[in-house]
Amino acid sequence: MTVQEVGQPRKRKEDARLLTGRTQWTDNLTRPGLLHVMFLRSPMAHARIASVDVSAARGMPGVVAAFSGQDFAAEQGSLPCAWPVTEDIVIPDHPPMAVDEVRYVGEAVACVVATDRYRAADALDAIEVDYEPLPAVVDMNEALASDSAKVHEAGNKAFSVTITSGDIEAAFRDAPVVIDRTYVQQRLIPSAMEPRAVMADTDGESFTVWSSTQIPHVLRVMLAVVTGIPEHRIRVIAPDVGGGFGSKLQVTAEEVLCLLLARKLGKPVKWGESRSEGNLTVHHGRDQIQHVRLAADSDGRVRGLQVGLLADMGAYLMLVTPGIPMLGAQMFNAIYKMDAYEFGCTGVFTTKMPTDAYRGAGRPEATFAIERVMDELAAELGMDPIEVRRRNWIRHEEFPYTTISGLTYDSGNYEAATEKALALFGYDKLRAEQADRRDRGDPVQLGIGVSTFTEMCGLAPSRMLGEANYGAGGWEHASVRMLPTGKVEVITGTSPHGQGHVTSWSQIVSDALGVPFDDITVLHGDTAIAHKGMDTYGSRSLVIGGVAVVKACDKVREKARRLAAHLMECSPDDLDFAAGAFTVRGTEQSRTIQELAYAAFTAHDLPEGVEARLDSDATFDPDNYSFPHGTHLCAVEVDTETGMVKIRSYVAVDDVGTVVNPLIVEGQVQGGIAQGIAQALFEEAVYDAEGNLLTTTMADYLLPSAADLPNFTLDRTETPATSNPLGVKGVGEAGTIASTPAVVNAIVDALRPYGIHDIRMPCTPERVWRALEGVRR
Amino acid sequence: MIPAQFDYERPASLAEACQALAEDDEAKVLAGGQSLLPLLRLRLAYPTKLVDVGRLDELKGVHDRGDHVFIGAMATHDEVLRAPAVASGCPLVAMATAHVADPAIRHRGTFGGSLAHADPAGDLPAVVLALDGVLVARSAQGEREIPAADFFVDYLESSLAQGEILAGVRIPKPGEGWGFHYEKFHRTAQAWAIVGVAAAVRRSNGAITEARLGLTNMGATPLRAHATEAALRGVELGDAVRQACEQAADGTSPPSDLHAQPDYRRHLARVLTHRAVRTAAGSP
Repeated sequence: MTVQEVGQPRKRKEDARLLTGRTQWTDNLTRPGLLHVMFLRSPMAHARIASVDVSAARGMPGVVAAFSGQDFAAEQGSLPCAWPVTEDIVIPDHPPMAVDEVRYVGEAVACVVATDRYRAADALDAIEVDYEPLPAVVDMNEALASDSAKVHEAGNKAFSVTITSGDIEAAFRDAPVVIDRTYVQQRLIPSAMEPRAVMADTDGESFTVWSSTQIPHVLRVMLAVVTGIPEHRIRVIAPDVGGGFGSKLQVTAEEVLCLLLARKLGKPVKWGESRSEGNLTVHHGRDQIQHVRLAADSDGRVRGLQVGLLADMGAYLMLVTPGIPMLGAQMFNAIYKMDAYEFGCTGVFTTKMPTDAYRGAGRPEATFAIERVMDELAAELGMDPIEVRRRNWIRHEEFPYTTISGLTYDSGNYEAATEKALALFGYDKLRAEQADRRDRGDPVQLGIGVSTFTEMCGLAPSRMLGEANYGAGGWEHASVRMLPTGKVEVITGTSPHGQGHVTSWSQIVSDALGVPFDDITVLHGDTAIAHKGMDTYGSRSLVIGGVAVVKACDKVREKARRLAAHLMECSPDDLDFAAGAFTVRGTEQSRTIQELAYAAFTAHDLPEGVEARLDSDATFDPDNYSFPHGTHLCAVEVDTETGMVKIRSYVAVDDVGTVVNPLIVEGQVQGGIAQGIAQALFEEAVYDAEGNLLTTTMADYLLPSAADLPNFTLDRTETPATSNPLGVKGVGEAGTIASTPAVVNAIVDALRPYGIHDIRMPCTPERVWRALEGVRR
Repeated sequence: MIPAQFDYERPASLAEACQALAEDDEAKVLAGGQSLLPLLRLRLAYPTKLVDVGRLDELKGVHDRGDHVFIGAMATHDEVLRAPAVASGCPLVAMATAHVADPAIRHRGTFGGSLAHADPAGDLPAVVLALDGVLVARSAQGEREIPAADFFVDYLESSLAQGEILAGVRIPKPGEGWGFHYEKFHRTAQAWAIVGVAAAVRRSNGAITEARLGLTNMGATPLRAHATEAALRGVELGDAVRQACEQAADGTSPPSDLHAQPDYRRHLARVLTHRAVRTAAGSP
């Protein structure tokens, strides 16, 4: 009996190569005669471009070409927005290189192509741009005022949407408790380990684009649409990609411009960003002002929830910019039952870098607001925050459950995850210590934060995406090739950039075909190899792509069964498949799948209608999202003299359904929690009143390292998803979604006796100290 | 890293290095590169020439010289951390050095470079100031001794003249009864100090007889907390120490940046000075 691979903590096949530097990062690739591109970027948040003079740059040593936006105007098209969330949404023209007007600091206005990067950088200094300043628009509320300067001629409102379910007025009418809060989701910079890079080449007819992207397939289609180059003449390769967190779920100006430069010059070109350039011009995340009202009965039962968002779009709508807040539209109600729900959102243009997907994308924002406000409800009622949640959450026996916002949660067990988390955390003991510190007036106060989150994952059922007016489907594709020697090549349409698909997919295939783990390889990220795919984002890869692999394996097995039946002269129905072999029931006679692969290859004796291959393709399109959930508990110590917050302990019990590889799941949860903590305590992209980004380096934009984080205590419950045959739910975003409110709830819990009910994120020592100073006076 | 073009020289002797610097007003000394390389990378500095002193043996090593410890300018932070002479002769230097950047950078960055850079947010300038170190500079004219109090002139500006290279620093060994502590307040492990306090405190019979306090990032240069030093003299441990430390921010002009406004820095200076003094006095 072979061991089942799914569930084994396999070390990742990818890691030996990645850790020893035998990698293929885009910026390390080269081509004969490669030229280097650098972009001159606007120092102004908003200005009319009177003139751009690149002539001096063209004469500099090593410079092959220099271009302004005017030089691309006829061919560069407009960067795409694939998610027009309303009929009347304003989608402004978005030229990859600015031609007449710049609308954020960092927007490309010219470029230099040179024989090396040093010369390109020197030549940038020789380009003269004459800007006529226009007013910056930085604040969303000011942007919506009638006398505001306009980012675009059509005004500063991109769209406005309201969704109502149930009788919201009745829910609030005479409600004994109404909690009314405004939260700020600060702007974040995704900060993938590998900065972006693009290389493009042409043979005069066709084009190849290498990019550090999460979405080679989507990019190929979009490059064709934007540039008019026929799709079949474009090949996109995503080599090793060092993280994305949504920031590489984009069709970028640099990708389009490098492709156009390869066409203009007939030569290979490459661009790679510096970290500071990336901070300015990688799309940003979050940036919402959330107005949340919650009505409840005096026993803590939630009656209704009203959410009003202002979502900062930045200067343009990029690939899914307007869809990001809408991904939260159905998640503010979270795991709680209620009678009525209203969601409103206005997308606002400002003269800042556009926002778009960032780990969790809309769902962390929603989860933060509801989990913060549930703690406020508990405080208002003098109730334990766990108890108030218990009184409102969907009980395990109520699944499947259709929520007030219209999603049907297929499975879950919030009670079980919470019980486990409370025990691991030592909840009661910590509460006792907290009471003791409060009594003693200890300058270091203890706070406990709760987050019982869920999220919608596995983006997404194509039908639902269609209903949401998204420009594509959400299926995924896989091919499984049985090689003549019995080895297996898996081709996936997902595009891993750190997730370890090569390992997990190998485990899945090993179980499905009975082939050893080490005999399986996984290919991805090249549109010439993986010819169909919808790529990797939204915790979708395993839930959709992994299931597509299973479906392809099913087909391989059925082909093999017919061949085996033919070779062993029996009916296919008489064959049992186990441990990689078909056995004629009740006999010793069997054929391994490897033998059958060879038999198909030689094709000496194939039955009628059976092709000379076992290879199979499959696509999978789920009926529903998946809904991972979990309970995260955080204890913080707040130094009331300095305002410093220290995380003392963190417990996370996640339910991500069936686990294919516990090591990978744990890695995702660890990293996710760290990233969510980073929003709570450290990160913020700060623009000044003139629209200058002040956080262009890591000295100003603080990312925590391992030294700044505690050890997390992780555990799981496993309630399999019913919406896919693997029972998996996705884990890429869970930690990030859950942890931010857990940390902030803990900080506020520590400070509540002082009369403090909120600290704006990131909860810096200075902000905590100022809040305390405010109440001490 | 795509810096602007510069010439590069790696002289074989300190005298040659001084010569190379004296020839060119826009030349810069390259030691470990801890601060200079980021400036070059961001194109915030355009030196015409880098004079690499990395292989000059005359600048290396940490030496016990009887009444003082001599730390060569090119001793890396890691070497300083591991030097027995530092551990016994000037432990405050080791305490602060342990907080400089991260282990990888501590293997490249140098003690002398951190001082010559004269960044008031650096951890070591306040320490050398508190310990009354003497900085030894070399030039074609010979050797010059500069007391730490005269070395830090302004933000990123030392009293080193063009053509002068910091050779090393003399840290006087303390007498009996001294205790030390470096209190660094920062948001992430690798970040600069929002405020730091270097404390050397001498105790006798339960009272503080002398205190020397250096402040990190409380002005354009590292500063001594003179008022608190005076107020601590002869004070018994307890509330009086807290009161003395209330004057820690007197005479400072702390910067304003994304991490802290000046009033918050002044508050931190008072709290952290109290903590540093208490710990240095052996009364945590």
